[in-house]
Amino acid sequence: MIKISNLYKSYDDLEVLKGINLNVSKGEVLSVIGSSGSGKSTLLYCINGLEPIQQGQIIVDDIDVHASDTNLNSVRQNMGMVFQQWNSFPHLTVLENVALAPRIVSKLPKAQALEIAEKQLRHVGLGDKLSKYPSALSGGQQQRLAIARALAMEPKCMLFDEATSALDPELVGEVLDTIRLLAEEGMTMICVTHEMGFAREVSDRVAFFHEGVIEEINQPEELFGAPKSVYLQKFLSKVKK
Amino acid sequence: MDYNFHWRPVFKTLPDLLESAILTVEVAVLSMVLGILFGLALSLIRIHMTGPLKWFAVSWIELARNTPALLQLFFFGFGLGAFGIHFSPFLIVLMGLTFNNSGYLAENFRGGFNAIPDTQIRASLSLGMNSFQTYTRIIIPQVLRIVYHPMTNQMVWAVLMSSLGMLVGFRELSGETQFFASKTYRIFEYFAATAVIYYVLVKIILGAAKLMALRLFKY
Ligand SMILES: Nc1ncnc2c1ncn2[C@@H]1O[C@H](COP(=O)(O)OP(=O)(O)OP(=O)(O)O)[C@@H](O)[C@H]1O
Ligand SMILES: [Mg+2]
Repeated sequence: MIKISNLYKSYDDLEVLKGINLNVSKGEVLSVIGSSGSGKSTLLYCINGLEPIQQGQIIVDDIDVHASDTNLNSVRQNMGMVFQQWNSFPHLTVLENVALAPRIVSKLPKAQALEIAEKQLRHVGLGDKLSKYPSALSGGQQQRLAIARALAMEPKCMLFDEATSALDPELVGEVLDTIRLLAEEGMTMICVTHEMGFAREVSDRVAFFHEGVIEEINQPEELFGAPKSVYLQKFLSKVKK
Repeated sequence: MDYNFHWRPVFKTLPDLLESAILTVEVAVLSMVLGILFGLALSLIRIHMTGPLKWFAVSWIELARNTPALLQLFFFGFGLGAFGIHFSPFLIVLMGLTFNNSGYLAENFRGGFNAIPDTQIRASLSLGMNSFQTYTRIIIPQVLRIVYHPMTNQMVWAVLMSSLGMLVGFRELSGETQFFASKTYRIFEYFAATAVIYYVLVKIILGAAKLMALRLFKY
């Protein structure tokens, strides 16, 4: 489903990704962990075509994302992305937030777009907030709104960039529950996360990022139970504290 | 003080005054509509472009904001006139006001664009919207809210500034007033009446803007 080979990415002089190779198969849930600044967000931006790359290839659903003749807008329709910062569109109601892209990107008739939006909002537990504006939602609700908004495009895979790190602890659970629900439904996902318990529980595999490379990647039991890399051991012991 | 007020001539010509007030509103509204379009373009060029186009936009903005509005008007009237390019008084005022509005609005818009976090653009693109859709559906509606009050102020300013039009022979409200005042010698009466008309016009505009804001910005 997602095939990344030999990916290099720098911001000006700063080399952030230094040769990433990664395959995510259909229905797989991959968690990405690693210390701040190791390039986790950057990887997701590259997959979504939001950042240009310097070398290598990213293939999503048989389409080379960074090929010059690729229509990024149509590639992105197959990929849902949820960001670290809440970024609901403040000038649209909850329902309009979700219905907008189906209407103007997928060009669905208005009634159908609204129907899909409502369905997805119920799915994430926001069925009673349809006509509210995002400013009336809590952080956790805004993140669930972002998830519903991405799902309304019926993506083939989802990219989560620390969807819970900006939330108050008591709101983390509801968002993780929503992501868990998607995992159970068989959605292909890459989740960058700081929640080790969550990574351990929902992922098929976990990748540990260190200074722009995948230092270790394995099933969660092995990766957390018997970490091989020294850096990973250090990282895990720091996180546990 | 043995001045005798004579309001009769004023009342008799009131319909003419009000008709010229419509001209005032017309030129102000048109210059605002054009000013918003040019202002948006100028601010986007200033933010995103380099080279001669950017230089052009920055010069426009700087000149519009830092030179007297009257000179700007004279430029389109007598300035271009010196090169044999002549426009009707209406067009001269329209161009002068549009030039001025665009410059001021461009800077307001620039502030507005900068106030929208990049994450809004990323979120929009990630949904498959193209840049045009992102700007028209997500960014500009939010910018319009941010610049709404400065925009209303500019509208008021445009109405008041249009009075300079009488100096290039435009018979808008002030020009018309001047005409009748010198014809009848009821100078004080005419200008007092006109001041009231301007005042009422501005209040109507501000009231309408407030009502519109209530409808437009529900969040
Ligand atoms: N737009 C940018 N321009 C320049 N440098 C950037 C940009 N975005 C990120 N970086 C740099 O790239 C490096 C990797 O950033 P990235 O956001 O991918 O890390 P991360 O692993 O997601 O970190 P965190 O856990 O803090 O979110 C950092 O050193 C960061 O400062
Ligand atoms: Mg990050």
